[in-house]
Amino acid sequence: MISRLSAIAFNTFREAVRDRVLYNFVLFVLLLVATAPLFGQISIGLERLILINVGLSAMSLFGIVIAIFVGIGLVSKEIDKKTLYTILSRPVRRWEFIAGKYLGLVMTLAVNATFMTAGFYLTLLVTAHQLTRADAGLLAAIYFIILQFFIITALTLLFSSFSTPIFSAIFSFALFVIGTFAEDLRNFAAMSDGAGKWLVTGVVYLVPNFSALNVISQVSHDVPVSGSLILYNTLYAVLYSAAATAAAVLIFERRNLK
Amino acid sequence: MNAIEILGLTKSYLTGFLRNKPKPALQPLHLTIQEGETFGFLGPNGAGKTTTLKLLMGIVFPTSGSARILGHHFHDPGIKKQIGFLPEQPYFYDYLSASELLDYYAQLSGVPKDERRKRIALLLERTGLADAGKKQLRKFSKGMLQRVGIAQAIIHDPKIVFLDEPMSGLDPIGRREIRELILSLKKDGKTVFFSTHILSDAEALCDRVAVIHKGVLRGIGVVEDLKSQTEDKSEVVWQGAHALAAVASLLSESNVAGEVARGVVRGQDLDLLLEKLRREQTRLISVTPLHGTLEDYFVAHTTDQEAVQG
Repeated sequence: MISRLSAIAFNTFREAVRDRVLYNFVLFVLLLVATAPLFGQISIGLERLILINVGLSAMSLFGIVIAIFVGIGLVSKEIDKKTLYTILSRPVRRWEFIAGKYLGLVMTLAVNATFMTAGFYLTLLVTAHQLTRADAGLLAAIYFIILQFFIITALTLLFSSFSTPIFSAIFSFALFVIGTFAEDLRNFAAMSDGAGKWLVTGVVYLVPNFSALNVISQVSHDVPVSGSLILYNTLYAVLYSAAATAAAVLIFERRNLK
Repeated sequence: MNAIEILGLTKSYLTGFLRNKPKPALQPLHLTIQEGETFGFLGPNGAGKTTTLKLLMGIVFPTSGSARILGHHFHDPGIKKQIGFLPEQPYFYDYLSASELLDYYAQLSGVPKDERRKRIALLLERTGLADAGKKQLRKFSKGMLQRVGIAQAIIHDPKIVFLDEPMSGLDPIGRREIRELILSLKKDGKTVFFSTHILSDAEALCDRVAVIHKGVLRGIGVVEDLKSQTEDKSEVVWQGAHALAAVASLLSESNVAGEVARGVVRGQDLDLLLEKLRREQTRLISVTPLHGTLEDYFVAHTTDQEAVQG
């Protein structure tokens, strides 16, 4: 089982590498390097703050876009091109295929985030001429961004297990946007009454809470992220991703492939 | 031992806007294939050949019925180590080289690492791709892809090989190469189940064939037996073309070259034809019995008639 899972995951990663998906980090670094001098012109004190906000937000956005656009093709491409036929005719269970694909894309996104992190710290060093202890605290925000990738990949995989690539992309991106405002939704639920309250509360618990995974503003002001939040967010991301992937497996297990 | 037992498999697809109209793709199918047999599954396009293979591979689920492969339920993951499959007009990950592709599939089939290396080298050699092992598949011709397709189907040395239209879209050289590969599988004692609508390939390779049309099994048997079941016909050649009009109703085909006429007649009408030709005072040149072909059998059994269950 492990051998089959790792084979599928590694092949997914290899596909992304050979399709030059990881080249986006070059674009990311170029974006930071090109905009860094502009930060200095705004204000010397704000330079670092803006670089962190722009850099980490771009890292999150780049990863989310890759997760969605690679994720929507993970299953549908294998069905359209019939490569799945030669996989399912082997001792590969359908859940192993889904789990392998998920792990492969998550691995791609983690490697991508590692490259982007290196590029980000390099730009920070060039701009500020030094790295301080406080800069290490930024890693918590980057870790949470990777957790966001785990969740959005699982959701994209879930949608692509029953929907067309375009609808999968729309659903996934919509959930990302809604999830980004999960905290506002929570406040709205608290203010609502009656059936509306129940409905909004239900939605709050159903959509991924990306706002809890966004601590960019906090770390850019050198406010440390607590260990309990790291633990809570890790558990949340793992459980949410596992539930979405399990739902994708349940749908895919019953699916007649054309 | 039976290699494959198909026990009343049926498949209906739901069509219509509300997906509530069942459209039968396969009527209850019963088939038994022995170990070591090369079995041809014949039928025109849309007959149900690919549906049958997809059902056996677990790609689609049957509406009813079941199947056994080497005595095990066909959905048993364990038995899948013993089967290899080449889909129709296959596409493989074109960012991989042939060696990488075979390694990937061998890994999925549970072939140990050391053995994988040996098997890949052996199969690249056997399929004539030894020099192209490191080349990316996007640079492969259709014939080469088909050969890689057969290599991936047997990379784990399975007992049964399923091939869906393995010669489709190939030029004559490509077809011959695939035919030779199938023959070599036969020599190795593998059970080969392949679907095709190219009858000459089936005739050259198969121990037995089955004919399917509109999802219904129309006939099954040894090729020679099926050919002998076709209508008995004779070719008659005579001098005296003037008589053609008088006997035209007895002939299934005819032509004239000067004074010499030629016609094909059903066995039961041969005596009557000869009698009429005598009466018309023609001179008989030859009477030649025509042997039935698999094509005759195929054509006769893929017209809309009552199905036979085999």
